[in-house]
Amino acid sequence: MAKRIEVSGLHAYYGGVHAIEDISMTVEPRSVTAFIGPSGCGKSTFLRTLNRMHEVIPGARVEGKVMLDAEDLYGSSIDPVAVRRVVGMVFQRPNPFPTMSIYDNVAAGLKLNGVRRKGQLDEIVEQSLQDANLWNEVKDRLGKPGAGLSGGQQQRLCIARAIAVQPQVLLMDEPCSALDPISTLAIEDLIGKLKSQYTIVIVTHNMQQAARVSDRTAFFNIAGTGQPGKLIEIDDTSKIFTNPEQKATEDYITGRFG
Amino acid sequence: MTTQTGVESAEAGGARHRAPGRMSTGRLGDRIFAGSATGSGLIVLAIMAAIAVFLVWKAIPALQANEANFITSEEWNPNATPAEFGIAQLAFGTVMSSLLAMLLATPVAIGIALFIAFYSPRRLASGLGYIVDLLAAVPSIVYGLWGAVFLSKHMEGVSGFLNSTLGWIPFLGGDSPGKNSIFTAGVVLAIMILPIISSISREVFLQVPQAHVEASLALGATRWEMIRMSVLPYGQSGMIGASMLGLGRAMGETIAVAMVLTYVPGINIHLLEDGGATFASNIANSFAEASENGRGALIASGLVLFVITLLVNMAARAVVARRKEFV
Ligand SMILES: Nc1ncnc2c1ncn2[C@@H]1O[C@H](COP(=O)(O)OP(=O)(O)O)[C@@H](O)[C@H]1O
Ligand SMILES: [Mg+2]
Repeated sequence: MAKRIEVSGLHAYYGGVHAIEDISMTVEPRSVTAFIGPSGCGKSTFLRTLNRMHEVIPGARVEGKVMLDAEDLYGSSIDPVAVRRVVGMVFQRPNPFPTMSIYDNVAAGLKLNGVRRKGQLDEIVEQSLQDANLWNEVKDRLGKPGAGLSGGQQQRLCIARAIAVQPQVLLMDEPCSALDPISTLAIEDLIGKLKSQYTIVIVTHNMQQAARVSDRTAFFNIAGTGQPGKLIEIDDTSKIFTNPEQKATEDYITGRFG
Repeated sequence: MTTQTGVESAEAGGARHRAPGRMSTGRLGDRIFAGSATGSGLIVLAIMAAIAVFLVWKAIPALQANEANFITSEEWNPNATPAEFGIAQLAFGTVMSSLLAMLLATPVAIGIALFIAFYSPRRLASGLGYIVDLLAAVPSIVYGLWGAVFLSKHMEGVSGFLNSTLGWIPFLGGDSPGKNSIFTAGVVLAIMILPIISSISREVFLQVPQAHVEASLALGATRWEMIRMSVLPYGQSGMIGASMLGLGRAMGETIAVAMVLTYVPGINIHLLEDGGATFASNIANSFAEASENGRGALIASGLVLFVITLLVNMAARAVVARRKEFV
């Protein structure tokens, strides 16, 4: 189910603004890769190029190659809609569909994929909520609106919604930044559990979190405002946090940044 | 409502500048502001009450002189002696023509709004939006002239076709489909209320939070699926509100309908046949020649129109409120 991502020579633009420059990296299947770096260095932008969400913004475009196993996501015959069905995404702010019930939120992606049978839907909805550590809290109120849950529960609901369609890759953009510490821990536990099945990429501004949950860490930086963001280095998390190759990385993780 | 907001913001303003030396000045300003806000609120209420009292006062003598049932009678002869008039036909014509207008206009208007908001290239979008807004500003007499002089001529064929193919539907039945019918009036009204429905719906669609849009796109929704999952549910109350506003406009529309309809006494459920009248068209057509009693009768019918419009708005609010749990 999980696939390898291989990025080479990737640039992303917002209109005339060059947001990220020449990024190449490999993300291994069934592992957690964390993106760290100062804000504005293009972590979110890069993440969104991995499921072709970047181009949703008017004027935004991408150059370069993103291979998912043997397939180039930016190949001319590739439908971005199909890409997003195999590369799932969880956003910084929990964004359950406000008019849908908890059940329908989880089932939304399945219905897009043409799953219609009630029995099958029930089964996958329950399994996804179980996997997202949310089932016990919501099993008695599946018909209630998802927007009525707490922030942490909403974020786990969004994770359940994303994994219900069994994506190859799960992208998470600062999934805990709007959450309290307890909910944050719940989601970190969840990430640890999910990595046995998915290729996970997580953006975080919290270095302890990167150290706790990830196998590999990528450090991004910008030379200055208006400059494009760059990948400084990517390595095993333990190496990045104890003995990074680059001086900039060491400065950043030890807080001597800027 | 207005008054309260005024008072609150005045207090908030006063609290922020509570420097010791300034205290009394701030208080005086607050009092003047609160006083004038309350005053203007009361004046508005008083004017409205005065208008209502005046209308009811004018209507009562006519209603007392009425020999027919005001609600159920289909006749309108308030100038005769004895006076006999009722609103049944007017209510029927008003409700039917405006409902028809709403049913015809809403899907088209929402389609236009969706196209402008999500499908057209950005440069085209602003131009199209501008044109739709301009259409809303065309005076209704222009639509009336167009409806009476141009459209009604071409409606004969359409009415005939509908009558022969869908004649089994009672409203579209009848033997002599014509051109100065409630149906034609409904089409003219639909065109008149299209811009307002479209323009409000477009505003609502543009307010859909990017987070909702991206939620469905990231799940692999196509543009249309995204519209169904994120845009339409979010915009539902707004769209209902917009089409109800259109309905209200259609109900109150006077001159265009008066120019299109040919008055034939009595309710005719065959909407394709000539005839029909609405509250507003009836007032426009008969006010000039009305006697004292006739004017009172027209005012009474106007009050009924007011009540119906009020009920429509309350129904719309009830529909919107029922969905609140999910929004
Ligand atoms: N929607 C957008 N339109 C234009 N510029 C954007 C947009 N989103 C981000 N940017 C710019 O791209 C750069 C990278 O932003 P982002 O990827 O959000 O960084 P990060 O997630 O690391 O904080 C920033 O300079 C930002 O201003
Ligand atoms: Mg970001």
